[in-house]
Amino acid sequence: MYKIVKKETLAPNIYLMDIEAPRVAKSCYPGQFVIVKMDEKGERIPLTICDYNRDLGTVTIVFQTLGTSTKRMAEYEVGDSYRDFSGPLGCKSELVDESDEELRKKHILFVAGGVGTAPVYPQVKMMKERGIDVDCVIGARNKDLIILEDEMKKVAKNVYVATDDGSYGMKGNVNDCIKDLVQNQGKQYDLVIAIGPVIMMKFVCILTKELGIKTIVSMNPIMVDGTGMCGACRLTVGNEVKFACVDGPEFDGHLVDFDESMKRQQMYKTEEGRAALKEKEGDTHKNGGCGCSDK
Amino acid sequence: MDVLKKVPVREQDPKVRATNFDEVCLGYNIEEAKEEASRCLKCKNPKCVDGCPVSIDIPGFIKEVEAGNIEEAAKVIGQYSALPAVCGRVCPQETQCEQRCIRGIKGEAVSIGKLERFVADWSRENNIKPEPPKETNGKKVAVIGSGPAGLTCAGDLAKLGYEVTIFEALHEPGGVLVYGIPEFRLPKETVVKTEIDNVKALGVKIETNVVIGKSTTIDELMEEEGFQAVFIGSGAGLPKFMGIPGENANGVFSANEYLTRNNLMKAFDENYDTPIAKGKKVAVVGGGNVAMDAARTALRLGAQVYIIYRRSESELPARVEEVHHAKEEGVIFKLLTNPKEILVDEKGWVKGMKCVEMELGEPDASGRRKPVEKPDSEFEIELDTVIMSLGTSPNPLISSTTTGLETDKRRCIVADEKNGQTSKEGVFAGGDAVTGAATVILAMGAGKAAAKGIHEYLSNK
Ligand SMILES: Cc1cc2nc3c(=O)[nH]c(=O)nc-3n(C[C@H](O)[C@H](O)[C@H](O)COP(=O)(O)OP(=O)(O)OC[C@H]3O[C@@H](n4cnc5c(N)ncnc54)[C@H](O)[C@@H]3O)c2cc1C
Ligand SMILES: Cc1cc2nc3c(=O)[nH]c(=O)nc-3n(C[C@H](O)[C@H](O)[C@H](O)COP(=O)(O)OP(=O)(O)OC[C@H]3O[C@@H](n4cnc5c(N)ncnc54)[C@H](O)[C@@H]3O)c2cc1C
Ligand code: SF4
Ligand code: SF4
Ligand code: FES
Ligand SMILES: [Mg+2]
Repeated sequence: MYKIVKKETLAPNIYLMDIEAPRVAKSCYPGQFVIVKMDEKGERIPLTICDYNRDLGTVTIVFQTLGTSTKRMAEYEVGDSYRDFSGPLGCKSELVDESDEELRKKHILFVAGGVGTAPVYPQVKMMKERGIDVDCVIGARNKDLIILEDEMKKVAKNVYVATDDGSYGMKGNVNDCIKDLVQNQGKQYDLVIAIGPVIMMKFVCILTKELGIKTIVSMNPIMVDGTGMCGACRLTVGNEVKFACVDGPEFDGHLVDFDESMKRQQMYKTEEGRAALKEKEGDTHKNGGCGCSDK
Repeated sequence: MDVLKKVPVREQDPKVRATNFDEVCLGYNIEEAKEEASRCLKCKNPKCVDGCPVSIDIPGFIKEVEAGNIEEAAKVIGQYSALPAVCGRVCPQETQCEQRCIRGIKGEAVSIGKLERFVADWSRENNIKPEPPKETNGKKVAVIGSGPAGLTCAGDLAKLGYEVTIFEALHEPGGVLVYGIPEFRLPKETVVKTEIDNVKALGVKIETNVVIGKSTTIDELMEEEGFQAVFIGSGAGLPKFMGIPGENANGVFSANEYLTRNNLMKAFDENYDTPIAKGKKVAVVGGGNVAMDAARTALRLGAQVYIIYRRSESELPARVEEVHHAKEEGVIFKLLTNPKEILVDEKGWVKGMKCVEMELGEPDASGRRKPVEKPDSEFEIELDTVIMSLGTSPNPLISSTTTGLETDKRRCIVADEKNGQTSKEGVFAGGDAVTGAATVILAMGAGKAAAKGIHEYLSNK
């Protein structure tokens, strides 16, 4: 059993939890994920590692309630335990193994959409710890859905916020913000790391391709085992089939077939609709996404 | 009684069982078992034993069954096999022990598998448990993977006094026995769980949710956690796809995904959260045991099911019994047929499959006649689900994170057949991780051999 030692509500429907999982905490790196199974009857739910404390043996997860499983997860309180917490899974971010010297030469922009801010955070934090300055754009539909802004400000050199409705920061989506930085504010970047809803990552990649900036994205296809055994998480990257759970979840965004991936994410909409989606459609995007949905 | 014929075994009626997940074969009762046991000639030079990969003393245990000493029979089997209730159910007996049985020359072989199953089930029902060893020798061994290879190796080492910990990536131990082979062939709660509990009763610890190569590595286990030897029984779980157009459409699954959702995650049961796309018209591509299991699972979930296989019936790699059961239940076999393309609708879902008819040409290197396409024979079938069952290979997770561990071209770990020794000192391996996808009993045999190998290695160290 894996005990919940901290729980916070970051925004409506977005929760942060610290979980006691010493083996995971000891060996995880930014970019990797875990699989949580609440109880005997639960699904295996993949969630990105948002932070970790090797001394305390805890791992931080941040999740948004969408459907049956995430809603049920949110009902757990401090002191309760999840039955299973497996990881770390997937590959660590490429940045982990690059030398400080290499990284210092680069101008890196992180782009975080909605709940995607959580997985961006440990990467930015790692950069700070290694003395490397990076910029970060955080986008969401409105002010309430901006999470981890203060934490991010402590670790990024510059944080730019954009909201669809203009209730906070710049009015517009993350792409409007990137364009503004590059075209009006004379910023230069050689690497973008974009994490958020698939549709956001798709549009960021279209833009960065035009701008000629290499872009890494973190894909979140439907998964079952997370160890390479089922192939549910397959996606097409540069005409090759990859399993996101072992080959990713991070990939070169200019090579990913986003349209196929978005279709595959819809796979169980109708199935779970049978049970839970009757109440309310759990749409990854519209619930506090990044703002690109209207495009 | 006709001594040339097996005592028939009771089965659920095909029409009934096609709608439930209960076990198909009901097994013998004690009278039937004794009667079948009486058909065995208790040969002095028993050929059947040569056919069993773990050399169970078959006449020895059958003699006890005939005399009604079932507990004794269980002790005989227990000297050779840690998972008799499993092997009695899923061993391909017709090509192993029973193929060699002398009774088979004139009539039908003795039902060795069904008798073995009877003995194991009887022991479970009568609560016969293995005795844990009196004291441990303080030496720690790590076992990676809790499939038949890992469980057997761990059980044997525990009996020898070692402190054994099994590390399992999934949340439930059992390997393919829990995630792959369906409930209707191998009941999980009663049979598999009991066999695993028996291994635990010997003092073996099982740590689930530990992915070796990610959560920790073999090098760390040996250097930091004090394990003096490691056995790798990580199986061959990586599914293959065909590489044809449309294969990433919604509604195309690997057999592993389909079976895992249903067996391990219990998607067939409304009370469990994991969904499964049931499908109304399902094609399973492939002809092995795994394909039969996927087809019969889809059938039970309410679909009309086709098996698409490119060779003819006599080449089907699945066990005859499984093919027979699948047919009885209503699975439709489209043999000498090969998929060319999966047809996809505008929303990204499977709507059908383009296939081509095949004919058998010249024998290939393996001696099997090679299927070749018949010209102008393309046709389409309407479908909403396709399950790819084309075989699996070992996952590179462990080999790529362990220093000095040799693998071959097929990514299988290279290990000595006699004792499981790999290219790395103190590290042993066996089962599907070494052979590629094979059978439960071969994996068990390899686990046994490696336990002996590890014992020798640590005794001489
Ligand atoms: C590598 C990875 C990292 C992720 N990290 C995070 C994270 O840090 N925070 C977060 O809030 N979410 C994350 N997700 C998504 C999260 O797993 C899903 O939101 C969750 O599984 C939805 O479950 P549900 O039953 O509540 O919703 P459902 O109603 O079942 O599904 C809602 C949507 O979630 C997706 N989904 C459903 N089941 C799965 C599944 N088994 N695996 C993956 N996606 C699924 C589908 O796109 C679906 O349309 C991640 C996914 C992956 C693959
Ligand atoms: C659907 C299906 C039906 C079958 N039917 C039959 C049959 O009727 N008769 C028969 O004899 N055989 C059958 N087989 C084959 C048989 O099940 C296998 O040959 C056998 O299970 C192999 O045993 P194993 O212990 O080597 O590996 P597995 O049973 O595959 O177990 C390996 C275990 O290791 C774990 N693991 C893998 N990597 C790691 C890691 N990095 N860290 C930790 N744990 C890890 C896996 O999660 C798994 O639990 C069938 C197989 C399938 C898939
Ligand atoms: S283990 Fe398998 S091969 Fe050996 S006797 Fe039993 S059924 Fe036959
Ligand atoms: S070969 Fe057949 S008859 Fe002879 S001992 Fe074995 S099972 Fe009995
Ligand atoms: S989730 Fe099963 S292979 Fe990736
Ligand atoms: Mg769900």
